[in-house]
Amino acid sequence: MWRYVLRRLVQAVVVLWAAYTVTFLVLDLLPGDPVSTLAGAGADSQGIDPAQIARLKHQYGFDQPVLVRYFHYLTKALRGDFGVSVSTNRPVSSVMLDALPPTLALTGLGLAIGIAFGGAIALLATYTNQRWLRQALLSLPSLGVSVPGFWVGLMLVQLFSFRIRLFPAFGNDGLRGLILPAVTLAVLPGAMIAQILAKSLLTALAEPYAQTAQAKGAGRARVHLRHALRNAVLPALTITGVLTGQLMANAVVIETVFSRNGLGRITAAAVTAQDIPVVQGVVVFGAFVFITVNLVIDLVYPLLDPRIAVGSGGRGPSRRRSGTVDTPAGGGALTTPAVEPAAGSAL
Amino acid sequence: MTRPTTAVGAIRAAEGAGAAEGAGAAEAAGAAEAAGAAGAAEVVGAWREPATARRRVDLPRLGRFLLHRPGLVLAVIVVVLVVLAAFWPALYTSRDPLLGVPARRFEGPSGQHWFGTDELGRDVFARVVHGAALSLKATIIAVAVAFVIGGGLGLVAGFVGRWVEDVIMRVVDVLLSIPGLFMSLALVTALGYGTVKVAIAVGIASVASFARVMRAEVLKVRQATYVEAARSIGARWYSVLGRHVLPNAMGSVLVLATLDFGVSVLAVSALSFLGYGAAPPAPEWGTLISSGRNYLANAWWLTTLPGLTVVATVLSTNRIARALDGEWATQR
Repeated sequence: MWRYVLRRLVQAVVVLWAAYTVTFLVLDLLPGDPVSTLAGAGADSQGIDPAQIARLKHQYGFDQPVLVRYFHYLTKALRGDFGVSVSTNRPVSSVMLDALPPTLALTGLGLAIGIAFGGAIALLATYTNQRWLRQALLSLPSLGVSVPGFWVGLMLVQLFSFRIRLFPAFGNDGLRGLILPAVTLAVLPGAMIAQILAKSLLTALAEPYAQTAQAKGAGRARVHLRHALRNAVLPALTITGVLTGQLMANAVVIETVFSRNGLGRITAAAVTAQDIPVVQGVVVFGAFVFITVNLVIDLVYPLLDPRIAVGSGGRGPSRRRSGTVDTPAGGGALTTPAVEPAAGSAL
Repeated sequence: MTRPTTAVGAIRAAEGAGAAEGAGAAEAAGAAEAAGAAGAAEVVGAWREPATARRRVDLPRLGRFLLHRPGLVLAVIVVVLVVLAAFWPALYTSRDPLLGVPARRFEGPSGQHWFGTDELGRDVFARVVHGAALSLKATIIAVAVAFVIGGGLGLVAGFVGRWVEDVIMRVVDVLLSIPGLFMSLALVTALGYGTVKVAIAVGIASVASFARVMRAEVLKVRQATYVEAARSIGARWYSVLGRHVLPNAMGSVLVLATLDFGVSVLAVSALSFLGYGAAPPAPEWGTLISSGRNYLANAWWLTTLPGLTVVATVLSTNRIARALDGEWATQR
């Protein structure tokens, strides 16, 4: 067991290092360095003293060879130092730490609302005997993954802030300001949870144990909640990693819509200002969260589902993760949630 | 299936098995299209592999299939309308999307202006129609980038195997660990603004999933007996690849491409909402929605109607993807 944990830990660290390298390559090898951009982009930079530009470049290390820079930054990143933001001149780590709490509150509440509504939709859709109700409920998730998140946000603002003045349209003040953005953010995870949970609930209800429970006199609700749900929740758990990744990514857009402070706002501003250290910090942080959540799920899964044996040195339960498609076996493999997480990756 | 004794027998048996497998596992576009024919061929013991039988389209079956799915028909109509708007905007409107009539600012939707007018008196419907070209172009570039690079990587990984596969798939794993929009944002930071650059950034963000699906399909096809048979009669690797592996592995990847179409529409519009796409006067869909944002209180149509266009487009492509992915193959 411990060997398995250790192996997965090492794997996670290696993937994280590789993700750092990929973002470094993307941001560093492509044309344009932030200093020239700040100085006024190439051609029209006459106003600025070339010596000053050279000094700035030296200060940020842009006059060094790529490999030197890479190892320099990597060793600093290992100590949690992602450099200094080019546009605000503050350390990236403190910029990000300051922005983290409001984003955590937003994504946390968004996820909670998503789970509540997604779960309710899935339960109701599989429980009801009304054909039309079931059809209507089951079509909600595909609607949910097809709407642009920022548009949902704008619609909610229009309705609840300008028509019936229930919630503030913009800003960070308290819980009231948090509700609309959190609901907007909840659409995608809610849809994805509803999709995968409804599917696994239907599978579970068709299993012999559900029939057995029914034959022993358990009511429909009892079979549904006590027997089927307990088994159906586990597959839904595996998409948590994908969900967190998406919540963070969508926060970029949603925070911009609602003019809220947070990690997403910082990211959008950094991209606009070509503030490479901040962009890199955020992207690596995103990968870190995604990898960590998946690691935790992989490690916790066998505890929740004892049928998954953790072989020492074996493949472990990681193959069960449905966040990514391994083999689209059989019909319908691609349009089921296994891939559809990607469908919202850019809401 | 009995063990064949002659070489020809081996090929027949092998490709018969291939056809049967094609019918059984036909989960997507190309293979699904062929499934009906392959299923029939199986009965008479024909020895074709699924891809070669695709020419026959069963029209009555197609009609019945669509008749039972009014939603799918609607989806196809929407997509056709969007494509028409992208190539021949004059079919819908003769108004100029960039030229405003200042006297007619902020007019609500009417028979005159279906989607109303904006802050400069420009016709919003004309802007949405002309924006289709930009949005569709960006989407097609994004899907093409993901399809070509991802599909290529997956194909090489699955076909070559060994250490090449290991290296490619580890890289893919790493790409998957970076949330898609973050990847796009990093690329936009590096590449700069503009519709094409945003499209490339969106495309590269979904390379990894294409590589995964393509590799999985190639691995599945590569084990099929008809591939072994083609090899054993001395076919060159490139003809095995081009004639046997690629056509049969393509199905799922095409479904993924359809699905990725909707994803890309959303991603491109999100990035241009953030201001990285087409520069303001250009009527790209995301830009339209974001410029209507300042007038939410007094002109609801400026954000609502372009947004609904995006929703309708994405819903439609997703619906079509779902139809290609299984529904068609399982319907009898």
